[in-house]
Amino acid sequence: MSLLRVESVSKHFGSLVAVDNVSMTVEPGELRAVIGPNGAGKTTFFNLISGFLTQSSGKILFEDEDISGFLPARRVWRGIARTFQITEVFPELSVRENLRIPVEVAAGYRLSPWLSRDADGEIRARVTDLLDMGGLLEKADRLVGELSHGDQRATEIMMALALKPRLLLLDEPTAGMGDQETYDITQLIRKLHRDQKLTIVLIEHDMRVVFHLADRIMVLAEGKMLAEGTPQEIAANEAVQAAYLGKVAA
Amino acid sequence: MNSFDFNKQAANVLVWLLLLAAPYWLPAIGGYVELGTRVVVLGLAAMALNFLLGYTGVLSFGHAAYFGLGAYGVGMMIRYVVPSTGLGILVGTLVGTVAAAIIGPLIIRLRGVYFAMVTIAFGQVFYFIAFRWNSVTGGDDGLIGWTRQPLHLGFVTVDILHNPNAFYYLVLVLFAVALGVMAWLLHSPFGRTLIAIRENERRARFLGIPVDWHIWMSWVISCGFVSLAGTLYALLNNFVDPRALYWTQSGDFVIMAVLGGMRSFWGPLIGAAIYVVLQDYLSSQTENWMSFIGLFFVLVVLFFPRGVLGFIRRRAAS
Repeated sequence: MSLLRVESVSKHFGSLVAVDNVSMTVEPGELRAVIGPNGAGKTTFFNLISGFLTQSSGKILFEDEDISGFLPARRVWRGIARTFQITEVFPELSVRENLRIPVEVAAGYRLSPWLSRDADGEIRARVTDLLDMGGLLEKADRLVGELSHGDQRATEIMMALALKPRLLLLDEPTAGMGDQETYDITQLIRKLHRDQKLTIVLIEHDMRVVFHLADRIMVLAEGKMLAEGTPQEIAANEAVQAAYLGKVAA
Repeated sequence: MNSFDFNKQAANVLVWLLLLAAPYWLPAIGGYVELGTRVVVLGLAAMALNFLLGYTGVLSFGHAAYFGLGAYGVGMMIRYVVPSTGLGILVGTLVGTVAAAIIGPLIIRLRGVYFAMVTIAFGQVFYFIAFRWNSVTGGDDGLIGWTRQPLHLGFVTVDILHNPNAFYYLVLVLFAVALGVMAWLLHSPFGRTLIAIRENERRARFLGIPVDWHIWMSWVISCGFVSLAGTLYALLNNFVDPRALYWTQSGDFVIMAVLGGMRSFWGPLIGAAIYVVLQDYLSSQTENWMSFIGLFFVLVVLFFPRGVLGFIRRRAAS
């Protein structure tokens, strides 16, 4: 059973076709990169999967269930978590509080007016685990808004992970970062993929990151799927070189 | 961390001691007990509004509707149905809460200024009903011919009509229960989802929080406690008129919350105290008392954007 099956989805904004008849199948445990020039429709494609936008046509199946009409929160409950190109966190709360909220939601307590001592202990332990995994233990009690860009991004990724997703969508996780930060985030993603066996789909501009991480790559250009394959196949693909890699090299 | 918590607890104890002893120290500094009752009642309304405004990040300009429904609910219950203060409070609070629960789904998808405008519009509907329906509500003259009734507690009957202290303590008990519930909710996982919505709605949505429904719940809780405050306000005055439903009354609640500090739990109570005391003093000096409150409000917003309590806190921290 495939984890995610996107079946010929399109998205129109008026006469603009942002995503044009794109299909994608993601197997459990896979790390898939989606690449393409600016304006290729990558983020729109992500927004369709996560429910931020609704497709104009086509279908999205998650674990063989049609989730095309689900609101974002319901897709999260099914196991799809995401991060955003521009980091979305709770800047005026501490890192610990940022992580505590999704941990509580994932544990089914979002409507609870109280927590038992045991439940509270479990939640605290889980938050500490996540802080540790994201390398954020020393910064746990600082406000997220005061942290570096890289740490904010790490917080956002750990917030998504706190939801215990079966599919993690990362929209340009290294956007706007320096070399060291890019390296750290790449290592974090690699760890999540290798150690947690987490299925990840990510959009990325940095080709070093893409070729370092991805099992398979999908290339979008002008809303259409241009190619799909292993990193070696994509690197050798002439259409891709012409449309995308060529442009970068030039 | 520990000293900060200690300060917070010390502040809580101080506020409660001041409130408990108010009937004794207020007259000594030139006030009177009903003034204290008024502060507590309007403080409850402002704090209830702040549950939605300060902790969920949603601005309502229509809370007077539910305040007024509570007020008319208790008045009409005692006037027409059964002369019982307790039942009146219960029915008035329920009427306001149920109205908010029904109106909620129509407005929770709106944000910002659109939400505020529609809450005003719904509020004005109730105002015009109360204003026009003379035979039942007394129209512009207000609902008269009723008073708060003695409280029967089984073993003892308390005359809350002629004993202002007794009525003050009844109000304070209900105030304490309401605040206890609100504080407890805000420290729960549910309360944290509201703060998440205030901080970043998009992130909240993609953490699996159905934002609209959580806003609905916050709205109903907030309006419920405002209705309770409305019932107490009518009982305090032994009277209710359509102004309790008018949109400027909603504006007064917002002013109190912002004046005192909407990011702090006690802020709106401080705001209500400043508002009520200024009004009491200035209105005996000049007809244009509202101009002075307005000026004071402008100064606070310009120079202390976190309100009076926010300013005091920052001074205490530095």
